[in-house]
Amino acid sequence: MARETREARQPWLLLSPALATIFFLLVVPVLFVVVYSFWLRTANGSDQPGFYLTNWIEVVTDPFYRDILFNTLKIAAVTTLLCAVLGYPTAYFIARSRGNKAMLLMFLMLPFWISYIIRTMSWINILGVSGALNSMLLALGIIETPLQLLYNEATVILGLVHFLLPFMILNIYVSVEGIDETLEDAACSLGSTRWQSFLEVTLPLSLPGLAAGGLLCFVLAAGTYITPLVLGGPRDAMFANLVFEAIITQLDWPLGSALSLVLVAVLGTLVFVYNRFFGMAQLMKGLS
Amino acid sequence: MDNSKRYDRLLDRYKSGDVDRRSFLGLIGAAGLAYGVSTPFAKNALSAVKEVRFDGWGGVVSEAFRKHAFDPFTKATGVNVVDGTFGSGDEYISRVKASQNGEYNIAHLSGVFDYARYHELGLTSTLNEDNIPNLKNVIPKLVDVFRGVTDGKLSCVPFDYGTTGIAYNRKHISDEEMKEKGAKILLDERLKGKIGGWSDWRTRIWYAALQTGQDPNNATDMDAIWAAIRTHRDLLLKYWGSGAELMSLLAEEEIYVTEAWSGRVFALQEQGHDIGYMDPPNGFGWQECLFVLKGSPMEECEQLLNFMLSSEASIAVAEGQNYPPALDPAKVDLGKKIPTLPAFDPTGTLSGLTFANSDYWNGNQQAWSKEFGRIQKGY
Repeated sequence: MARETREARQPWLLLSPALATIFFLLVVPVLFVVVYSFWLRTANGSDQPGFYLTNWIEVVTDPFYRDILFNTLKIAAVTTLLCAVLGYPTAYFIARSRGNKAMLLMFLMLPFWISYIIRTMSWINILGVSGALNSMLLALGIIETPLQLLYNEATVILGLVHFLLPFMILNIYVSVEGIDETLEDAACSLGSTRWQSFLEVTLPLSLPGLAAGGLLCFVLAAGTYITPLVLGGPRDAMFANLVFEAIITQLDWPLGSALSLVLVAVLGTLVFVYNRFFGMAQLMKGLS
Repeated sequence: MDNSKRYDRLLDRYKSGDVDRRSFLGLIGAAGLAYGVSTPFAKNALSAVKEVRFDGWGGVVSEAFRKHAFDPFTKATGVNVVDGTFGSGDEYISRVKASQNGEYNIAHLSGVFDYARYHELGLTSTLNEDNIPNLKNVIPKLVDVFRGVTDGKLSCVPFDYGTTGIAYNRKHISDEEMKEKGAKILLDERLKGKIGGWSDWRTRIWYAALQTGQDPNNATDMDAIWAAIRTHRDLLLKYWGSGAELMSLLAEEEIYVTEAWSGRVFALQEQGHDIGYMDPPNGFGWQECLFVLKGSPMEECEQLLNFMLSSEASIAVAEGQNYPPALDPAKVDLGKKIPTLPAFDPTGTLSGLTFANSDYWNGNQQAWSKEFGRIQKGY
């Protein structure tokens, strides 16, 4: 009996460092944020502890927050779609290439060596009025005056695709890499064309990777605030910018806490739905 | 008794059989653990008085501080100055609010309204003015306004002043057009997509007051102000968030006109850019101070403030950051470059500048910053 009890305890003992880390570094801070969301901000910027629903009522009923949330989800969805369209052929090419796979994967990792902010700001030098693209078009005589390419929704999406594409490619790559190539050959030997074998065999089998990449890209895109801040215009704010503003500019930590929890709830629901249909195993495979 | 002596005595007791082997090793292990755990914190605590943290606006301003004040100060006193930057006063106050007492020490704050906010949050210290003899050379009007907030005492020393006027690209906007249109140039349809603006709610409301013919320190028609801010937003390319971004947008000709900080525009002019600068009537004047937060090492901070108010350091920094120093021109010879800087007042009375009324602006901070945040995003 004592031995059985000991054996039952063992996994928990082995897990306890990880569980303690998650509890103190993730659960406790989130609980603080939950508590904060029920406080109020006083006129001088200090916090008034208590249990007030004011922030939650404001966040839920005010159309301003709802509209920005929908806009954020729209931008994240478009970004994810573009990442999928651009990422699939690239991932397929890497997975099916012979010999130079490691080098191609290393090229894929190269952008991670440079700060995300620097990578985002690099678009200013490319798309700016006196940037590389305008200079080239002017030099070639294609345009007479520089084009205004920066500071709009398109550049925000471009910056996000630039940031997130490697995540999508890696997830699809892992999925395609795991598909037995002889299945495609078998489909061809039974009369299908290469394109048909891709559509009927490879694509369905690689969907879990595509879905995992899509989830990662969507969640990361919806939670960003740097890209719209650097590359966006006055109407391109995303939901995380509201959190930043509430906490930093307005010194309204309680409202900022409520806003951040709304974002966590929306993205958490998405992860829950994904887990229900695909499971988290594919996502872990792509990240490892 | 030092640790070596303690160890020797314990070893003697072990050798003479007073302590068994297990207890001896246990005590050595416990001592090692205590030392290992305490050393990093003890090191920080002991080094605190050898180090002062200073936070400022970054870019050319921080470069000037580092080169002309911090490095010479460290050389003279041995006290190291660790400098950080912030994009806005709001961002800094948020960081301070989240920090431990003493984590942040001195800040280069802009405007009396920020000083008053720190005081309301109970974050002000009390300076021993005897340790800052150079304070006597500062323009009295600048000092008095801070004393008024903190009951006659000081938690900061004034350091420089400047204006937020209008910067314009002379290739596209003439000096005559600027004189004619003044603050209303920022609402000119002809310049749609080439107009910039600081994402600071005070500056936006101040300029909207000028554009609607109101007193910026006592606006009566807020609807007209919000309407002007919306009009400006719809003509805007981008709200900028830092001095570096402002300079980049103007230098790269992404925008032709924006309100701008006088010193940053002077820096652009020095770099050869044909950028004009104009302070419209009732333009936004401000003074900056070196503010010491509660819980800071006061003696070292006062030592640094006194060093920075010396005419050598103050003038060198002013020439580097392009903002006139707070030193009284009637008492100190400010050299040749400073009288050429925008916003410089040779009389030392600063009667030509309009400063923000801290009670008025802080009283409306909560509502107005929130409302501007919405309008900024298209509402």
